Amino acid sequence: MQGIGDALGGALRLIASGDPVLGGIVLLSLAVSLSAVVLATLLGLPLGAALAVGRFPGRHAVIVLLNALMGLPPVVVGLFVYLLLSRAGPLGELGLLFTPPAMVIAQTILILPIIAALCRQAVEDAWAEYEEQLRSLGASGFNAALTLVWDIRFSLLTAVLAGLGRASAEVGAVMIVGGNIDGVTRVMTTTIALETSKGDLPLALSLGIVLILLVIAINATAAVIQDAAQRRYG
Amino acid sequence: MGVIVGILLACVLVGSAHAQQRYITVASTTSTEQSGLFKHLLPQFEKKTGIQVRVVALGTGQALDMGRRGDADVVFVHARPLEERFLAEGFGVKRQDVMYNDFVLIGPKSDPAKVRGGKDALEAFRKVRSARAPFVSRGDRSGTHFAELEIWQAAGIDIAKDKGPWYRDTGQGMGPALNTAVGMNAYILSDRGTWLSFKNRGDLAVLVEGDKRLFNQYGIMLVNPAKHPNVKQALGQAFIDWIVAPEGQNAIASYKVNGEQLFFPNAE
Amino acid sequence: MILPVELKELTFVAGGRVILDRVSAQIGAGPSTVILGANGAGKSVLMRLMHGLLAPANGQVRWASANTERKQAMVFQRPVLLRRSALANVTYALKLARVPRAERERVALEALDSVGLAPFASRPARVLSGGEQQRLALARAWALHPEVLFLDEPTASLDPTATREIERVIQAFDAAGTKIIMATHNLGQARRLGDEVLFLHQGRLVEHAGVEQFFSKPASPEASAFIKGELPWV
Repeated sequence: MQGIGDALGGALRLIASGDPVLGGIVLLSLAVSLSAVVLATLLGLPLGAALAVGRFPGRHAVIVLLNALMGLPPVVVGLFVYLLLSRAGPLGELGLLFTPPAMVIAQTILILPIIAALCRQAVEDAWAEYEEQLRSLGASGFNAALTLVWDIRFSLLTAVLAGLGRASAEVGAVMIVGGNIDGVTRVMTTTIALETSKGDLPLALSLGIVLILLVIAINATAAVIQDAAQRRYG
Repeated sequence: MGVIVGILLACVLVGSAHAQQRYITVASTTSTEQSGLFKHLLPQFEKKTGIQVRVVALGTGQALDMGRRGDADVVFVHARPLEERFLAEGFGVKRQDVMYNDFVLIGPKSDPAKVRGGKDALEAFRKVRSARAPFVSRGDRSGTHFAELEIWQAAGIDIAKDKGPWYRDTGQGMGPALNTAVGMNAYILSDRGTWLSFKNRGDLAVLVEGDKRLFNQYGIMLVNPAKHPNVKQALGQAFIDWIVAPEGQNAIASYKVNGEQLFFPNAE
Repeated sequence: MILPVELKELTFVAGGRVILDRVSAQIGAGPSTVILGANGAGKSVLMRLMHGLLAPANGQVRWASANTERKQAMVFQRPVLLRRSALANVTYALKLARVPRAERERVALEALDSVGLAPFASRPARVLSGGEQQRLALARAWALHPEVLFLDEPTASLDPTATREIERVIQAFDAAGTKIIMATHNLGQARRLGDEVLFLHQGRLVEHAGVEQFFSKPASPEASAFIKGELPWV
């Protein structure tokens, strides 16, 4: 118990110190995970919406598969992307391995199923309510789905936050495709892993608390926005 | 929304800014990185040449595989037989000695196998096995792992056959393996550098050291541009030339932890 | 002109049950038509078949002109509104109807005005009262200037005051020339708003007569029972 208290104190000291190296690591973590969230949202919302309103043979199997992919192990995704981006791999020419864009790609793949699957469920639930009216007005399948997505956007925020949580918490994917290079691809989670493996557990724990505080702050901001919007749009 | 797009752009810019800078990718080992050597060494090289050295730290086996795939420009590891094979397969250009450090046998202060103070690594290993005392192995094809396996073999023990529940094969880097050993109060072979900077020592201490067999030689190689045209030959060679020259060698010697020198330069 | 519409042997089956059983009738322009019947008689299904939201198991809906797109509109028992302003809900429908962008706001405001909602144009639709929301749904339907306006139990969820407001709007649309086809189980409302009655009983069309004739001299025992059931003193 005392360890946690010390770690909490350590975390606050780290934040207050304004250490530029830590600052750089935090900014990179945010940039990578937020970029992945934006990309996964741009791809995942239309995908989920289309799956919600579309009717085609094998639809049920696709939904089951998408739900299952929410549990993709980060280290497996990292390995897969590594093999793609390695010089020995098909996309080696791009020279993306061990760079932040590679980390963004890996995290986007990791969280895309989460956002798409949760969106699919939310849109399907709302579709039951909206379908007849939208069809009566002449909205066609996919257009109607996109209108729905925009209409339930504040509920979808939860799906997006789930993706952000997964991305900022994972270490397996970014470690493999980023290489945890000092000053280049070192993020919060890989730093925590490194300090743990060096035996500096107090520092690792403090960094962990900083990371958690960061994610809490982001979620709190999202909740405030959601509340305000709820009151405004009903 | 604008904030998010801004952050995305910032990330892309940061990414491309790094792409503009001259840099090489060096595959090295976790024990070398965790000793803190690179943080001491690389800024000196960077200041002199403007070339950024990006170190990806893995086990020796993985580091050499990275070289085989062409994902690194230079490999800097410490397992001679593996390095020779790498060279023979045509993936490396030339192998050069850089420095050495030593391994130490770490164990619980209570020392159930009674190895403390011994000067013979083989004898110590035999005693650990006889006592069936818990022993943590890295098991990750690293230089340290291979050194450990060589000692078992030299001690006349077929560890693959002879291992029992006392032998814990973890498949981890040096730091995590040490954490595991502390947790299990077990014996473990570690490089001195990682141990000196390791902060979670628990009840463990250095019990056996100084045997010549615990010698750990580091070698450096340029990945062969003939096999991988993307290798940054000139920049990579510049790093190799610097590290084996007096300037690099002195920088290695000047790295100390708690006043103790970790690595001993021995380039020709 | 898409009217008159001919219903030929319309049959609809769901869950093994026959919901509509060979309904045949001709509905012409002019008089407002009320579809009357108990709950479960098949009124809603009949309206949805006519509007094209459902496909019949057997039989057809034959309009006078093949192109019925954007010539019909439907208002449901519970108004389905988007999380936007009242005005935006109407302009959305106009956008779907491909009304030119420059005209949408003007037409929408006119429609809102015709139901007395002009002061609420920029209010979020979802914060309006039940009666106001239903008026908005009517305005949205009206803005499309449909030839036929379907209304499925439009006041079943509203209090008497709101009901009166809605009935006033419906009467105004009727007077302006829109063909009203309305399902209800409220006999008083049927008498107030309807000119002709289609009476459904357990999926069959039992009577099709002028409203006064139907109420004073019901031709079938089922109709008599229904009227008595609702108005036992008759």
